[in-house]
Amino acid sequence: MEATIEVAGLRKRFGQSMALDGMSFTVTPGRVTGFVGPNGAGKSTTMRVILGLDAADEGTALVGGRPYTSLRHPLNHVGALLDAGALQPSRTGRNHLLWLAHSQGLTARRVDEVIEQLGLESAARRKAGGYSLGMRQRLGIAAALLGDPPVLMLDEPFNGLDPEGVVWIRGFLRSLATQGRAVLVSSHLMSELEDTAGQIVVVGRGRVIADTSVADLIATASDGQVTLRTTARSEAMTVLAHDGATVAATDRDTLTVSGLAAERIVTLLSQNAVPFSEVAAHRATLEEAYLDLTRDAVEFRAGAEQEAAR
Amino acid sequence: MTTITPYRSDLRAGRDGFAQLLRAEWTKFRTVRGWMIGMTAAALVTILLGVLFAAGSHSSCSKGPIEVACPVTPVGPGGEAVDDRFYFVHKSLTGDGSITARVNTMTGQIRKPDVTPGVRNVISGVVPWAKAGVLIKESTKQGSAYAALMVTGSHGVRMQHNFTEDVAGRPGGVSKESPRWLRLTRSGDTLTGYESADGTNWTKVGTARLAGLPSTVRVGLFATSPGDLTVGQAAIGGVTAAARFTEVTAVMDQVDLQGAVSGGPWSHDDVGVVSDVDGTPHHPGGVVESGGTFTVTGVGDMAPGTEGMAIERTLTGALSGLIVVIVMAVMFITAEYRRGLIRTTLIAAPGRGRMLAAKATVIAMVTFVTGLIAAAVTVEVGTRMLRANGNPLLPVSPLTELRVVVGTAAFLAVAAVFALALGVVFRRSVAAVVTAIVLIVLPYVLATTSVLPLSGAQWLLRLTPAAGFAIQQSVPEYAHVLGYYAPQMGYYPLAPWAGLAVTCGYAALALGLAAFLLSRRDA
Repeated sequence: MEATIEVAGLRKRFGQSMALDGMSFTVTPGRVTGFVGPNGAGKSTTMRVILGLDAADEGTALVGGRPYTSLRHPLNHVGALLDAGALQPSRTGRNHLLWLAHSQGLTARRVDEVIEQLGLESAARRKAGGYSLGMRQRLGIAAALLGDPPVLMLDEPFNGLDPEGVVWIRGFLRSLATQGRAVLVSSHLMSELEDTAGQIVVVGRGRVIADTSVADLIATASDGQVTLRTTARSEAMTVLAHDGATVAATDRDTLTVSGLAAERIVTLLSQNAVPFSEVAAHRATLEEAYLDLTRDAVEFRAGAEQEAAR
Repeated sequence: MTTITPYRSDLRAGRDGFAQLLRAEWTKFRTVRGWMIGMTAAALVTILLGVLFAAGSHSSCSKGPIEVACPVTPVGPGGEAVDDRFYFVHKSLTGDGSITARVNTMTGQIRKPDVTPGVRNVISGVVPWAKAGVLIKESTKQGSAYAALMVTGSHGVRMQHNFTEDVAGRPGGVSKESPRWLRLTRSGDTLTGYESADGTNWTKVGTARLAGLPSTVRVGLFATSPGDLTVGQAAIGGVTAAARFTEVTAVMDQVDLQGAVSGGPWSHDDVGVVSDVDGTPHHPGGVVESGGTFTVTGVGDMAPGTEGMAIERTLTGALSGLIVVIVMAVMFITAEYRRGLIRTTLIAAPGRGRMLAAKATVIAMVTFVTGLIAAAVTVEVGTRMLRANGNPLLPVSPLTELRVVVGTAAFLAVAAVFALALGVVFRRSVAAVVTAIVLIVLPYVLATTSVLPLSGAQWLLRLTPAAGFAIQQSVPEYAHVLGYYAPQMGYYPLAPWAGLAVTCGYAALALGLAAFLLSRRDA
């Protein structure tokens, strides 16, 4: 089976609101694909549709070219973590994995392997009701890995993790992708995916806003702005504007320059003997890029809700 | 750009099939300690209530103020308890032969409820199942094999044999103007009954094969009259059923015996008569013979006995066990809805119908095994204790006892599937448990606690899932025995397997609805 997820033209309506409105994207193997958007953008619904839990009104969702519900041993093809809290509190973590393993014809040995892989040895024989959120997330990931699947799909796996846990899970996801798996990770916080995702699918209002590599996304958001710190503000503005740059004063001794590369700015200022203490090419964070992209989606949603409330 | 080699697992794929789903659902069930405890509790409450009932039931017999050993209830050739009391005027018959007699009149008396306390209120009359006619019986021993052709109080001519069998002949009573001729012939172990209005034109009523009938048997005239049943409304709700003394006197003549019949006078036996404290017989029968006319008076009945406890009375705790089972079966699915675990289940088993079938199978099996252990222990221990406490039990064949035990387990299992299906439909424990209890437990309680009129109670046990309780009835209802056949007495309107089939039908319906909703709904 190919390690891909292909989502094409999904539409789904919940009463009055469109939960999915033409959602389309593809997840390819070998990298972590971030699935990002504000709460209510349709990330979880999309994942449920992919897993055959929810039925879409329109469109297709295929895993390795096939609908999920047609898969034999589905856990050997796709590992999913939707809700880490979905546990019977009085059942031990190990027994939770055990019934899942039995449903796929897998053995208890495989259960012990994933327990070890996720470092759950000490907690495995305790009741899951007493687990911390971090332990539940680990147990959920262990369940997703039970069938050693080429495709992984995790919904908000960073939720409730301490910083140490976030760092651990990032590394873990990267290593899974490096093995050639397709990994789809949703989050409502772009910052969580920093240094993890290679590809980002940004969604809002039930559709894809951007589907791009992380490098391209940042470059677009950075928009070639340069921050210039100088005591001779007006001279600098004159010199740079003369060369075609757009210059804005952001502070008493700070200018934001766009339309000129940092190297050219240094050359121009040196030639004209304008003093400056710092020239910094501005590199947008993933978070800023994301906020840029989703601002419209969020505003629209807030507006629509106010309308609906009226 | 670097090419990416998609991940290939070296994990050996397990087997895919229904057995894996069954195993997964069983693992789910057994790994929640509360559910295992719940099922054990269902078994224990069934056993405990049965044992308590048995321990609290004592029975003894007395004659006047003196306690005596209870008479042993006679048992018929079929193994069932029987009433075998009648007046018999008889001779011996060896080999084939026949008896013919004309029944001219039937009169009698019936004791009605006392109008003035302490004063016997006796009227003349014949009860519907008063019997008189010709009889061929293995011996005068109670419970021995027989076939009889008779005229009854108001059920016309009947041919009956071995207590449980009854064939109707021509309806209507007898009088001097319209007597009835009866003939019973024996050929080997086959007995054939004929009737005639004039002694010339004979109509066959029926035949009976009495397996193992010895060569020499007793042949003669008999009369017997069962107690008069009155069902009254009790002051605190419910009913009281009472049977009072009756007797019948039949005048028979034109008696003709064919075959190797013993010579000499007729023998007289008041079969099954009991004596009072002073040694005199209680309500004796008798015969007056004068010039070929026999006036035979008899008290009693030749019919299956209903006095005694049915073995299923020990299973009184099964109702409480059922409630626990319903709760467990509902929780087995609603716990998953409550935690969102249903999604994990459906991710692992995307075939929803298959998943539901696996879950239903597991809860049915778990309940069946639990119910089987509980019912087997309860009936075994309970009947032993009841006997030890002097209670007469209505004997049943091992096969019937097996049906009661296995049937109770099967009924609980089907009820569990029904409850599970309701759990899927409602997705909430309380709604599903309440609905299951309202549909199974409540009709049973209403029908068996006499808050409803008899017909209402019977319709409840025909139409609701509670009909399956009928599988516990060990002693059948007989059309030729007058009795108060009410659910509260342990008599169900449907046959045992028919009753269970009704419950199965409801379970199938609920399961179908559950499967439909499960496949249509987003998880």
